[in-house]
Amino acid sequence: MTSWLNHESVETVLVTLRLAGLTTILLLILATPIAWWLAHTKSGWRVPVASMVALPLVLPPTVLGFYLLVTLGPHGPIGQLTQALGLASFAFNFTGLVIGSLIYSLPFAVQPLQNAFEAVGERPLEVAATLRASPWDAFLSVALPLARPGYLTAAILSFAHTVGEFGVVLMIGGNIPGKTRVVSTQIFGHVEAMEYAQAHALAAGMLLFSFTILLLMTWLNRNPMRALS
Amino acid sequence: MNREGPIQITLQFARPEFLLDVDLRLPGTGITVLFGASGSGKTTMLRCVAGLERAPRAIVTVNGSEWQHDGSVFLPTWRRPLGYVFQEPSLFAHLNVEQNIRYGLSRGAPSAQASPVSLDSVIELLGIAGLLHRKPTELSGGERQRVAIARALATRPQLLLLDEPLASLDQLRRREILPWLGRLRDELKIPMLYVTHAADEVARLADYLVVLDRGRVRAGGPVSEVLSAINPLVVLGDDAGALLEVHIAEHDRRWNLVRVAFPGGELWLRDTGLPPGQIARVRVLARDVSIATERPTHTSIQNILPCFVESIAADVEESQSLVRLRCGESILLARITSRAVDSLGLIGGMAVWAQIKAVVLVD
Repeated sequence: MTSWLNHESVETVLVTLRLAGLTTILLLILATPIAWWLAHTKSGWRVPVASMVALPLVLPPTVLGFYLLVTLGPHGPIGQLTQALGLASFAFNFTGLVIGSLIYSLPFAVQPLQNAFEAVGERPLEVAATLRASPWDAFLSVALPLARPGYLTAAILSFAHTVGEFGVVLMIGGNIPGKTRVVSTQIFGHVEAMEYAQAHALAAGMLLFSFTILLLMTWLNRNPMRALS
Repeated sequence: MNREGPIQITLQFARPEFLLDVDLRLPGTGITVLFGASGSGKTTMLRCVAGLERAPRAIVTVNGSEWQHDGSVFLPTWRRPLGYVFQEPSLFAHLNVEQNIRYGLSRGAPSAQASPVSLDSVIELLGIAGLLHRKPTELSGGERQRVAIARALATRPQLLLLDEPLASLDQLRRREILPWLGRLRDELKIPMLYVTHAADEVARLADYLVVLDRGRVRAGGPVSEVLSAINPLVVLGDDAGALLEVHIAEHDRRWNLVRVAFPGGELWLRDTGLPPGQIARVRVLARDVSIATERPTHTSIQNILPCFVESIAADVEESQSLVRLRCGESILLARITSRAVDSLGLIGGMAVWAQIKAVVLVD
């Protein structure tokens, strides 16, 4: 068991954390306006847009990965565009992985935020307006702090869900060590190569990680004030 | 109705249940109560004044500055120098009491005509100095509503809007807050628009009364005038009656009575310990007033006032009539039988004596 955490494994864990961390930060920024719109709009587009956002929940990850590969790859429309702009195609590199993760984990960020904004309701924003707060000011000083539990849930779920993604990564990432190989694909690799000891080490790590996440989430949601200090 | 007044509210706003159609000029001081049943449009009207609803056709002018003029001028809520107290206290749950009160203070420069109300005096006036470091969840319902009122006042509004601020409270809490609202009226110079459907709040607080019914103004004017109309639209409690503003003049320690004066005469009532000079409100119910054409002698009734008959109308009960009496500058209502009207030969302009059997102090 000397090689249970070799150089390669450390590299893979780092790529995974980098991917999940970056995806989570971008998702919280990206999901906020979508969730805000879904929580407040009376437009007829609400249901179609909500369904689009929820699509990755029911779509097989390989299907999502396949379409991403087709669009982002060197022969796809976006791939052609990025190459014409002098950039590489996003298939088989870290950027492509981030894009895939953003789409794959989008509902896990949007839905908790939407629930949080709906729970906050219109009233605190109206109160803020009667106290001279501009809409943007009211959003920052009232809606955001009141929606904090939603942000915690969204962050934790997005992070965990990105760490656990497999199908999309396999389709679009290419499993390149140090670049696009993540823990879940490496476990698969170890099992294929009959390296059960290494697979165990990573799998147990993931198990522990998931349990800790759930514990943390329950704890933070029950003590939102302790999380502040 | 008053065509002067520094506050103009002209609205036409189609709602699913009614058409809100009002054209009001309101006084720049004291409490104007918007009174009406639920669904009469009073909350919608208040929200339009605040800019929380946008009526397509509306003119809202306060102290010479135009807040809305149809489609051409529309100040968003946060640019209007107003305070708003919602039915539920709606304190910000993530801030403590002091932070809630200071929220509006740091935002926007106080306007040129800012009211001379300091934060300390607001905190003092509402008796919340001891609560400043508490969280909203640690307050009682009544305390929360007092903090919400303080928060609205702290922004130095030119107009304070209150939307049934006592409706979410039980009877005990209402009694706890009513005196504070009375103090606000007496000590601040801010005009207030106060929405309610509770008669006791009208009796206690209103200086000016507007009665709304399905989006229309049915009556409007100084509260004593509206209440003593011959066909009262607003019946406070279980009977029609007049509301008089009085000041405590003299105590009769021996008989535990107190003499109060009002524009039109004096009354004796039970001494409840109010100090001389204090302003109070009393109600004289129509059913407690009888009429004599000559000055009654040898009667147990202590309060007998000379009046003139102004008008006589049939009451809801067929056998009864409602007589409107002018007593100096004040108006009293008397409910007597129609047979008595006939046998006394009462007609408008006649000099009579009003015998008042009971006077109720409003608290």
